[in-house]
Amino acid sequence: MHLTPEPIDLAPLLAGVRPSDGGVCVFLGVVRDNHAGRETRSIEYQAYGSMAESEMEKIARALEREWPDSLVAIRHRVGLLAVGEASVAVVASAPHRAEAFAACRAAIDRIKATVPIWKKEFHPDGSSEWVDPTRGDSSTAR
Amino acid sequence: MTIRLLYFATFRDVAGRDGEDRRVAPGTPVSALWRELVAEMPGLARTGSMPPAAVNCEYTGPDTVLADGDEVAFLPPVAGG
Repeated sequence: MHLTPEPIDLAPLLAGVRPSDGGVCVFLGVVRDNHAGRETRSIEYQAYGSMAESEMEKIARALEREWPDSLVAIRHRVGLLAVGEASVAVVASAPHRAEAFAACRAAIDRIKATVPIWKKEFHPDGSSEWVDPTRGDSSTAR
Repeated sequence: MTIRLLYFATFRDVAGRDGEDRRVAPGTPVSALWRELVAEMPGLARTGSMPPAAVNCEYTGPDTVLADGDEVAFLPPVAGG
């Protein structure tokens, strides 16, 4: 399972690393305290659960084919997260670091592009809105 | 025939529900279902074009013809990560 309502635990993701791996690249996406010039208190992540699972599985397996000998593990959190909490974790391992970095970077980019997960930002004044990365706000593209 | 329609994020807010069982005519393509929904709920149409759609958890195109029992979702811009 790639989706979890619990805080992300890296240990099971790192447990897959093999004796033949010489590089392990870990990416954590964490909740930031601001977005588009506004202060953020918390973020609610909502997923189309069954489809998000299959999309993340497809991404991991595709990357392992593209970088032979790599191993990609993904976790994405759902529910209400406070600033500083990890929303997503990618662990990519490979015999050498170049493949580990490349697979890890590609994984998070593809997750953001295709996995059906949405986030609603809550502000200190009690207002909230769904984030729309297509709305041309450059800060969401980074 | 009947399909299961799911709503997420902004579309869920507009529809006021998570999903519904919906009767559609045999031969209905995804694009026609979207037009029906927009006619009922103009708030769904943020932009002029149809959003990405999924049938049975797979991204699909507007011309895909729906089958009885399909699970269908139109997806607002995704924002995971």
